[in-house]
Amino acid sequence: MTRQPVILAFCCHYCAYAAADLAGSMRLQYPSNVRVLRFPCTGKIEPNYILTAFERGVDGVLVAGCLEGGCHFLEGNLRARRRIERVRQLLDEIGIEPERLEMFNLSSAEGPRFAAIATEMSQRIARLGSSPLRVDCEQVEAGIGELRQQGEAALRGEAK
Amino acid sequence: MMQASAAAARAMTLLAPARGTRVQTKTYPPERDVTDEPPRVGVFVCHCGSNIASVVDVRAVVERTRELPYVAFADHNVYTCADDTQNLMKETIVAYRLNRVIVASCTPRTHEPIFRDTLRDAGLNPYLLEMANIRDQCSWVHSQNPQEATAKAIDLVRMAVSRVARSVPLADGTAPVRGGALVVGGGVAGMTAALAMADQGFPVHLVEKQKTLGGTARQIHVTLDGQDVGAFLDQTIARVTDNPRITVRLESHVAKVDGHVGSFTSKLVGDCVGDGAGTDIKHGVIVVATGATEQKPQTYGYGSDARVLTQLELSDRIGQNDLDLPTNATVVMIQCVEQRNPERPYCSRVCCTTAVKNALLLHKRFPAARIMVLYRDMRTYGFREAAYREAREEGVLFVRYEAERPPRLDLDGDLRLSLYEPALGRDVLVRPDLLVLAAPVVPRADRGELSELLRVPLNADGFSLEAHMKLRPVDFASEGLFLCGTAHAPKFISETISQANAVAGRAASILSRKEMPVSSQIAWVDPDKCVSCMTCVHVCPYMAPHVGFNSKAEVQGTVCMGCGSCTSDCPAQAITLRNYASTQIVAAIDGLLTERAEEPDLEPVFPEQVGVAQPRWHVSQPAPAKGTP
Repeated sequence: MTRQPVILAFCCHYCAYAAADLAGSMRLQYPSNVRVLRFPCTGKIEPNYILTAFERGVDGVLVAGCLEGGCHFLEGNLRARRRIERVRQLLDEIGIEPERLEMFNLSSAEGPRFAAIATEMSQRIARLGSSPLRVDCEQVEAGIGELRQQGEAALRGEAK
Repeated sequence: MMQASAAAARAMTLLAPARGTRVQTKTYPPERDVTDEPPRVGVFVCHCGSNIASVVDVRAVVERTRELPYVAFADHNVYTCADDTQNLMKETIVAYRLNRVIVASCTPRTHEPIFRDTLRDAGLNPYLLEMANIRDQCSWVHSQNPQEATAKAIDLVRMAVSRVARSVPLADGTAPVRGGALVVGGGVAGMTAALAMADQGFPVHLVEKQKTLGGTARQIHVTLDGQDVGAFLDQTIARVTDNPRITVRLESHVAKVDGHVGSFTSKLVGDCVGDGAGTDIKHGVIVVATGATEQKPQTYGYGSDARVLTQLELSDRIGQNDLDLPTNATVVMIQCVEQRNPERPYCSRVCCTTAVKNALLLHKRFPAARIMVLYRDMRTYGFREAAYREAREEGVLFVRYEAERPPRLDLDGDLRLSLYEPALGRDVLVRPDLLVLAAPVVPRADRGELSELLRVPLNADGFSLEAHMKLRPVDFASEGLFLCGTAHAPKFISETISQANAVAGRAASILSRKEMPVSSQIAWVDPDKCVSCMTCVHVCPYMAPHVGFNSKAEVQGTVCMGCGSCTSDCPAQAITLRNYASTQIVAAIDGLLTERAEEPDLEPVFPEQVGVAQPRWHVSQPAPAKGTP
């Protein structure tokens, strides 16, 4: 069974998370494979978290912060932007398409834009397909089973 | 918001003697020490009436949640935020000895405080709560697809369970509030704010750079509706100097500011303070009311010809009755001089009304004079529009010009002004006896020093930037710092007065307390890991970290706003943002993508590293078997 692609949205509490809530209040519809993780500010998002997410098999990560110049913590989102650029380079170096990671800026009043971003990211990931790091549990188990059978067959062959 | 805060300040002035007399404080049971207990998570899934339950299969969510590691209890409720359900939650927490709680319902932005309070009522630390937003970010946005919505809700709960298992109890602190207010700037804004705070019973230090109080308003003399600004100023200055709670320091400035909301220490330097070393004062809040000034124009022969004035100079000359004009003089006013252009894109807000006001005053004094206002757009907003109409009825000529073709002045002997009139489609020549320029209102030249000192931002135009244009219009982003008057933006005296009162209202919300609550969701530096590189000191927009005695960085809890910027830039990874520790965030990501059946033993936390609440004496009880009360 192949799983739907999973997208993790790292949202800042004051703008992006509020915009995601607003999208809900407006009953806007967007693809259900986006999971939101809340941060106080995008400035808190360490490269490590994004790499961990890809390592665990997430297919795409979107980082959403306040508008530039409108950060609740003054300049956290600008630091985040530089950091995200660096992580995109890292992803490229290890063979993951950098388009799987993108930073967006939106205000807390932009519910429709949050829905649009979620939709756009979901479509982009669908186009790119599963992350190369994604391990399908059943495939792995099938693979292990096959190896075990081969091994057992080999053992039996030796015993003969 | 501004007007409401101002009204609150006026009301608080009346109520000042009765402040705090009818306050009842809520009491909570002693907090249970859970640091040694393995996580026992209780999950409460909310129907929110039909908001969630009509889309998400809440029973399925509960069934799947029961299989998750650490979960000792899971159930669903129609309205989790209802009083009876809250009581049920408290009983369940006690009966199942839960030490972590998940509420899967609406957004934590509105309901986290409510459920944190429920935890406190049940004897648990409020930071042991986690919310899964399965309404605003799930059922409402995936109402067309109940199956996927249910799967997503299960994922969100799993993330929350995994995260909360790593949450630790945190202790919120308090910081004492000492002293009154420091007001920087002795103009209308500063004096009004100082008086409004003193009237509420708070001591105020008022610092003014000049030799006298009054500021720019001294040159205005009269408002559009005929009120005497000079008399108002004299009266206000008398009230300020006579007020025993206000200490006025003229010819002084602030040289240094230390501390945080509730307890600042500032060094004042200046003539009236005595020796050159300055004096230290203690105060709880800071108000920036440094005002603005009129930019002296570079164009239209200003400065080289006595017949060319600015609007503010004209106001002053009219007010002092120091204007000598032939009875049938021609007066031309040019609006938007050196403003609303690429270098200075903003509008100075007051010039249109000032031009109309001065035109009417001139007309009254010199009825035979021809008065002409050359404008790009007239903006006499609100009831000021009536004065604009009156000026036109009195014969003041309003002539539009285009920004691309501004009027040109020939300075040979007579003033000869030629302008292109767009309606006529040709050039017009005027020979004014007096030329008045609407020069822009600009922030003080030394604004940068104070903003650097207080570490508060300026906007692109150089004015002080408020925390939020609508929601916090008189606050700076940092706690305990406020702004009012034209230091914030060009504005009228009436607007300045209401903003200054608003500052007094907001400042009272701090000064009326004995102590300020300090959130524990702040950064903490592990001294064993800190390499004293100063990165956090440079990164922090609030000056929260400083390098202490042992050459290790320390974060001042009362200054830290909990944004976490320092944690992600620290090269030694020595800083933890409490309640957003990396272990918690990685656990949430893990929870989304790995379905583990076993319960891994969590590493014990070191109280100091995560800032846990002080352990309390407790008798260990064997935990009841899973699923039974």
